[in-house]
Amino acid sequence: MKTQTEPVTNRSLPTFSISKHGLFIFLSLLPALLLVAIFIYYPLFKGVIMAFQNYSLFDLTNIEFIGFDNFKAVMAEAGFKESLVNSFYWVFFSLIPQFVIGFGVALLLRRKFRGRGVYQAFIFFPWAMSGFLIGLIWRWMLNGQSGVINDLLLKAGIIDTGIPFLADPTWAMVSVIVANVWYGITFFAIMILAALQSIPDELFEAAKIDGANYFQQLFKITIPYILPTLIVTTLLRIIWILNFPDLIYSLTNGGPAGSTHILSTFMLEKLIMGQNYGQAAAIGVIMIFLLLCFSIFYVLATKFNKAGDF
Amino acid sequence: MTRLINWKQLFKVIFLSLFLVFTVFPLYWIFITSLKPGKDMFTFPIHYWPETITFEHYIDIFKISNFGIYITNSLILSVVAGVFSLLIAMLSGYVLARFEFKGKSQVIFAFFITQMIPLFIGLAPLYLLMSKLQLLNKLPSLMLMYTVMMVPFCTVIMKGFFERIPSTLEEAAMIDGCSRLTALFKVIIPVMLPGIAATFIFAFVQCWNELFLAIMFIDKEEAKTIPVAMNSFITKYDIDWGSMSAATVLSVIPTLILFAFAQKYIVEGMTQGSVKG
Repeated sequence: MKTQTEPVTNRSLPTFSISKHGLFIFLSLLPALLLVAIFIYYPLFKGVIMAFQNYSLFDLTNIEFIGFDNFKAVMAEAGFKESLVNSFYWVFFSLIPQFVIGFGVALLLRRKFRGRGVYQAFIFFPWAMSGFLIGLIWRWMLNGQSGVINDLLLKAGIIDTGIPFLADPTWAMVSVIVANVWYGITFFAIMILAALQSIPDELFEAAKIDGANYFQQLFKITIPYILPTLIVTTLLRIIWILNFPDLIYSLTNGGPAGSTHILSTFMLEKLIMGQNYGQAAAIGVIMIFLLLCFSIFYVLATKFNKAGDF
Repeated sequence: MTRLINWKQLFKVIFLSLFLVFTVFPLYWIFITSLKPGKDMFTFPIHYWPETITFEHYIDIFKISNFGIYITNSLILSVVAGVFSLLIAMLSGYVLARFEFKGKSQVIFAFFITQMIPLFIGLAPLYLLMSKLQLLNKLPSLMLMYTVMMVPFCTVIMKGFFERIPSTLEEAAMIDGCSRLTALFKVIIPVMLPGIAATFIFAFVQCWNELFLAIMFIDKEEAKTIPVAMNSFITKYDIDWGSMSAATVLSVIPTLILFAFAQKYIVEGMTQGSVKG
């Protein structure tokens, strides 16, 4: 898809000298690249260096390189191990339902029906909201004494007594994951729906003539056709789920007793509360390392070589 | 045969309806909460429809806090950052869609990476950078940063929109004597206004929602954005859910309206842009 195929015309196309062309390309990309370099790559680079310094806002006079001490200190903390384990749960159990339900919704929305536009607008709402707001809303709904979720479960006869969702460590983890699933289905639905709409109808018509049933069509045509999208979307989503702390921040803020901390909220706590930038940066570097290993493994495992061309 | 189709339709309707309820209920609930008088807030059993409707929480947040200022700040900030990121992304997206050149895939990769790494590592250095630029506690710091954050993704979306428009269109204009830039602004951009609107709305919504950079850079009352203000409503022990739900509703309304308008184009943009294999 990289090259633009031109229709053949008799008209000769306008020619530019190479240098004029090059200058235009350069000048057009310059603002974007310059901003990204100065305000994303430079701070990131500095941040990685900070991971190897004793950098604390309380004492800026005494900054020196301390090798891997930040990493050792962070990894020795019980909170770190818990966050690491939680991160795996958080990513895995958020992703699977998001993917399955999102895929299902997208499949059902593929064909036009009356009211699809309105329906789409309603179910895409979560995407317009921030993780912070979603965390707040769910915090209210999961409220122990008078939360609406307890009330609904009681009325449905599923439970006999209210569950202290946010006070019990296991339930708190379940809670943040459910909220995240609610948030993330939309994203998958949008991406997969977009991909589904790019499948040429002729493929299905041909399959129907050959007598393929719905599931054969799904596995032989639909999934292979949109596989690149599925792979990129899942990879990006996993990375985002891991990197974004805002939902947990407002829903449980890592509590009770650190039981819902993931690496990014653990890092954020050090950054905002502890002001220990060195250690926070060390957690960040560990996260990058994990993401890098995972991404390489993922790309190799899926034999997918176009992940860079998103 | 007809029976089979009916079953399928029935399943579809049930599944989509359940999903609609699942998606909309939390929004409904926060809205209903915002209309309940304080004394009804924690009563049990719960009223699913408020017995008495009150706007006291909405009035409260304007009286107790500077909510008007926060809304104005967020509005200015999101519009400015949205416009700037759109303009910058239009240029880079256009070039990436239309030209083959050395280093193109590296440029795309450089943008791609920004979506993948935890940018919080750079938060402390950014703080120092902003204090050197004397932008702390001022909205321009966020305008700048939000523009930067939005540029990579908007570039990709714009690239997708440009790729759908045949390049013969501007080439014809150039034969007629337009320069490339004139052709871009006079011929191409009018054709892709829906895509441009969708990209702007996407950027606007993201900026409207951003929290952590704003927490880091702003703690002066007159420069707070809505998320920062709401974050400061959370006290250590309790949340005033009346005010909080009213603030949530107010902060969600603009994005919901914009998003409802743009979702169709965003899906189209995704098809063409970010998810091509």
